[in-house]
Amino acid sequence: MSPLLDARLTVDRGGFRLDVALTIDAGEVVALLGPNGAGKTTALRALAGLQALSGGHITLAGDSLDRTPPERRPIGVVFQDYLLFPHLSALDNVAFGPRRRGVGRHAARERAAGWLDRVGLSEYTNRKPRQLSGGQAQRVALARALAVEPALLLLDEPLAALDARTRLDTRTELHRHLAEHPGATLLVTHDPLDALVLADRLVIVEEGHVVQEGDAATITARPRTDYVARLVGLNLYRGHAAGHTVKLREGFTLTATDRLDGDAFVAFPPSAVALHPHQPDGSPRNTWPATIAGIQRHGDNLRVQLDGPIGVAADITPAAAAHLHLAAGQTVWAAVKATETRAYPAG
Amino acid sequence: MSVRAGRRVPAALLIPAGLGLMFLVLPLAGLLVRAPWSTLPQRLTEPGVLTALRLSLVTATLATVLCLVLGVPLAWLLARVEFRGRRLVRALVTVPLVLPPVVGGVALLLVFGRRGIVGQWLDSAFGVTLPFTTTGVVLAEAFVAMPFLVIAVEGALRGADTRFEEAAATLGAGRWTTFTHVTLPLVAPGIAAGAVLCWARALGEFGATITFAGNFPGRTQTMPLAVYLALETDLQAAIVLSLILLAVSVTILAALRDKWITSP
Repeated sequence: MSPLLDARLTVDRGGFRLDVALTIDAGEVVALLGPNGAGKTTALRALAGLQALSGGHITLAGDSLDRTPPERRPIGVVFQDYLLFPHLSALDNVAFGPRRRGVGRHAARERAAGWLDRVGLSEYTNRKPRQLSGGQAQRVALARALAVEPALLLLDEPLAALDARTRLDTRTELHRHLAEHPGATLLVTHDPLDALVLADRLVIVEEGHVVQEGDAATITARPRTDYVARLVGLNLYRGHAAGHTVKLREGFTLTATDRLDGDAFVAFPPSAVALHPHQPDGSPRNTWPATIAGIQRHGDNLRVQLDGPIGVAADITPAAAAHLHLAAGQTVWAAVKATETRAYPAG
Repeated sequence: MSVRAGRRVPAALLIPAGLGLMFLVLPLAGLLVRAPWSTLPQRLTEPGVLTALRLSLVTATLATVLCLVLGVPLAWLLARVEFRGRRLVRALVTVPLVLPPVVGGVALLLVFGRRGIVGQWLDSAFGVTLPFTTTGVVLAEAFVAMPFLVIAVEGALRGADTRFEEAAATLGAGRWTTFTHVTLPLVAPGIAAGAVLCWARALGEFGATITFAGNFPGRTQTMPLAVYLALETDLQAAIVLSLILLAVSVTILAALRDKWITSP
């Protein structure tokens, strides 16, 4: 079966070039994840028809949308700051889409009431957007986008405008609604947690290009760029593997349990790094002297940034930090067990 | 008004500022002082006064409606559509703003007069004559007042978030529906403010009106024209008519206070 959405989006804009290929199946939720300025929102706008394509194509449910104006595309959009029409009630905001697509006034309002009920806002139908909380506005925006029964649902940073507490609840809610949506869904976000929780598949873009795509398990275990590694909280290095050793670009050699030859990535979590005041004797193969560049709180632990033959982040407990009298500029020995590192091909 | 200690206002600024204020307020105060208050009620009910007032209100309102019908789409075009010569069009729209109204009246005569380019055709094809009629008054007022509306509405449109229009498009609204259902409600306050400015300008119109429409009581003699005429025969009547216009203007000012007069 061919995917519901099959698109290649090329947009040239003043020195920036977006070139992204996307396919999404019916019922699938894909997250477009990337740093600010990577071109995520441009890709979303191109799909919605709000940004002209310089090249490529968009095929949705078998129809080419290349020359279709936005108002004729079977696409619903949830904008980052929702863009609910301030002069219309929640009900009329949701009924707006069905009305424009030829549904009668009465039927459109009934349908809108049904959607508001589904997002749990049946008591807020007559509220104006400014009388709604952030979370409620987000749900109205979702209902408004879904009320046109789009083949493709686009969400632009749907949770970015919410505070932490509301975010948690709304994310759970959103997950449920996305799971029920029979069409394709594309979620644009810079928040890895949103992407991991809400999406079936992740497409990671940097500087206008896809750098990695796959399911959450693959991406979190085998990052392929520094950006992805930071997102999933791993130390990542690239080098050349020969058996159990990987000679890194930095000139340093790491030992891994995985056996591999050729271009390779090595990744390990900051919690796998142990710090010692003196050179440790005993089992760990990977040891090197390092200088502390910075210390930050990280959850219950401390994250220590180390300079040295390779830059590395280490997580240690406050107790260990106190024991070692850690301070910026101090020299320590870092150690990583081979069993905690993961090596995989870079080709 | 309180001045913080140690921050004296320089006399070089304070004195001209005070003089400027007096210059603006004193003539109006003079009008109030010289008003024939004892005979005012009787003078207000004179048929000529009411006729002129009614004509002024009716023509200013019709001119405003005309300006809205033509000016709002023009403002939309200037604010939302990129086209060659947009800067030129914007400059042309503002010409009546700086043009002496009498010149506007002459220009209107040349185009809409009986022997004018358009007037000739209107006369022969429909038997419609514009100069020296109430319709002529409306046209003259609209010509002078429309730039006020266009500039105000264009400003409001430029200030409005166009992403609401994009949201409307993704919900299936074409450009016209987006304009009527989203854009217009969003800029309604701007349009209202522009319309009031436009109406006030039309109400006070003198030069273009007297040139293009003449000065016929009951037909083209609006309040400003009546004031001018009365000045030559009956000073007291001129003062009364002026007072009425002043009252109307101040009422508008008060109504707009929140939107325009108070600085941000």
